[in-house]
Amino acid sequence: MESKEIGNIIELNHVMKRYDDNGFVAVHDFNLEVKKGEFVTFLGPSGCGKTTTLRMIAGFELPTEGEILLNGKSITNLPPYERPINTVFQRYALFPHMNIYDNIAFGLKQKKLPKEEINRKVKRILKLVDLEGFEDRSVSTLSGGQQQRIAIGRALVNEPEILLLDEPLGALDLKMRQEMQIELKAMHDRLGITFIYVTHDQEEALTMSDKIVVMSEGTIQQIGTPEDIYNEPKNIFVADFVGDSNIFSGIMTGDKRVRFCGGEFECLDEFPQGTHIMAVVRPEDVELVHPEDGIIQAEVTSIIFKGMHYEITMQAGRNEIVSCGTKSAAVGDRIGITLAPDGIHVIKAEDNTNTFRVDVTRDFGIEYNGETLADSQTLLDLFPGSKQLEDGSIVDTSGSEIDFDRYRIYASIQPGEIDMTDNQEEGLEVGNIYNLIYEGDHYLYVIHTESEQDFVVYDEDLWNMGDRVGLIIPVDKLTFSVVKK
Amino acid sequence: MHFSRKSLGIPYAVFLLLFVIAPLLVLFYYAFTDGSGQFTLTNLTGFFMNPNTMGTMVYSFALATVTTVVCVALAYPLSYILATSRIKSKTLVIMIFVMPMWINFSLRITAMKEILSAIEGNLAMHPFLNAVIGMTYDFLPFMILPIYTAIAKLDPAYLEAAEDLGANPRSAFFKVTLPLSMPGVISGVMMVFLPAMTNYVVLDMLYNSTYIMGSLIGSYFAAYNWHGGSMIALILLGIICLFTYLSDTREDASARGGAVL
Repeated sequence: MESKEIGNIIELNHVMKRYDDNGFVAVHDFNLEVKKGEFVTFLGPSGCGKTTTLRMIAGFELPTEGEILLNGKSITNLPPYERPINTVFQRYALFPHMNIYDNIAFGLKQKKLPKEEINRKVKRILKLVDLEGFEDRSVSTLSGGQQQRIAIGRALVNEPEILLLDEPLGALDLKMRQEMQIELKAMHDRLGITFIYVTHDQEEALTMSDKIVVMSEGTIQQIGTPEDIYNEPKNIFVADFVGDSNIFSGIMTGDKRVRFCGGEFECLDEFPQGTHIMAVVRPEDVELVHPEDGIIQAEVTSIIFKGMHYEITMQAGRNEIVSCGTKSAAVGDRIGITLAPDGIHVIKAEDNTNTFRVDVTRDFGIEYNGETLADSQTLLDLFPGSKQLEDGSIVDTSGSEIDFDRYRIYASIQPGEIDMTDNQEEGLEVGNIYNLIYEGDHYLYVIHTESEQDFVVYDEDLWNMGDRVGLIIPVDKLTFSVVKK
Repeated sequence: MHFSRKSLGIPYAVFLLLFVIAPLLVLFYYAFTDGSGQFTLTNLTGFFMNPNTMGTMVYSFALATVTTVVCVALAYPLSYILATSRIKSKTLVIMIFVMPMWINFSLRITAMKEILSAIEGNLAMHPFLNAVIGMTYDFLPFMILPIYTAIAKLDPAYLEAAEDLGANPRSAFFKVTLPLSMPGVISGVMMVFLPAMTNYVVLDMLYNSTYIMGSLIGSYFAAYNWHGGSMIALILLGIICLFTYLSDTREDASARGGAVL
């Protein structure tokens, strides 16, 4: 058992949630410490377990395993009404049969406080949420933003130790949402109550939080300050989910030197030479220069004016690079690209899975280097609910045609599944052996291919550095994934 | 002649005129006239002055009230347990409770009569009790369906919100579930109370010779007193309208509350 640091208002230790009816594990081994007065955000896509975790803190769900400590005491199995924690619900859940006064006074009446005290507190909270004089209004006469404030007021009036907010701004329009973000943050700073906030909106999380917990598929991906999460993402999921980023597969070539995207760059991260890495480059860190000054060259494929900046998409070999900055260019321009060492964030690849981008053909097959890897059924499987019409086009659940230009399809394969051959014609890819490491019972080879990709291959036979080989990639061992641009 | 959408409504307008408006006018005419066709209020005053008709009214009211209360008392817990339980075939269970509705009414009551006779011996010993049992058996499905629907469609977030704000399950039920399911209870009461005041067939078949509102009207017309019978029908209509109006205003309020969700 970990020692309890003073100041942790709530601790979740090895919390796991499995649903009895279908065995689905919504949350795996969740560990978190929250200090008194912190603003903590659970961030992740829908279905990542963030709301389930929040509901376990509120008491609506009980953890299958693990414990939840409030001020060092276990509240794991306490019902919601015995926890000094209040929730702002996603769609507010204001009681429609009560007026605003009774809604806010609900919690205080449960505590059987004297009437004058209830009156005083309701008045004060209405002032706090800037809705004085609304006592007698009915819920239905309020706008979404006003209902939101009442929902916050109804929770805060009980002076909870922790305020839980479950995507509270989801139903508001953009402008209202931005205003409420600022207001919520101000309220938090003023009241000193611990806030635990759930959202799928990374911007919201970055704007408001002291600490962000990034989640995916029931597992914590990273815990850190907004700056940490943005600048030093721990893995590809975090890099991809928080902010826009270019992610390249690459390899360490020396001391603080890294190669990806067909160029060699200096970086700040140290890994042993030959380590398979992922490089994360934020669009604002991509520097555009004259072609001859660039470490790599690329061709501009699209330019979008975004008001504050231009978003320029470029193609370098098989890699797509997105930059944003005040410089413009024209589609078709050759451009040089440089990256400053602090603009490259290097993550050690979790395993040596080779992931490469593949193309969608006209008849909805999947191809790479002109070779067909899969038919349209594979594509249909990647988009749940999609189906192919008689005229051949593929539509989604709502019946509108899927624009595959808006998605990137990736193929993945384990290094042990790839075979190397002298006969270069046989391979899907051709390249030179760039690095080799003996790993006990096999060699790990890194092959740098003609299309500027690095492949990791395990092979029992010894090949030489620099050998030119074909890579035989068995189609049935490929797995495909899709990423929305 | 142009054929427009409006002309599609003509048959319905004719129907309304012939079978709703005209009979109502006739009813009004007879209720407020005497045998010679002169306007009079004696039918109205007569009803309220006559101890027999007032007695029938009170008896009908008592019978309908007791039947309704028993129906609510049986239907609410059942609907609540069903709506909040985790069993998968809820609709099937509801169907089983509602199924007697699809068996011929007189057959059901005859069967009930046989059962009651077997238990009580002489049915005339407990006329009121038998009437309540027969009517409850007959009308219970009309109470279960609206209450079940009202509870089943309640957003569970309300209950969670109540518990989150410190209400224990008991308190959350009385402060949230019960008031929010009231529209269902009111619909059920509407469906049970008014028929229970007039459905004299149940009483007849169970050998209860006491008049209720329905049989009273029948007896007036049987005796060719169309004026008095019409007035009683009109008074009943007035009661129904009052009920509907009252429940509508309540349901409006809760519907408005529900609309924001």
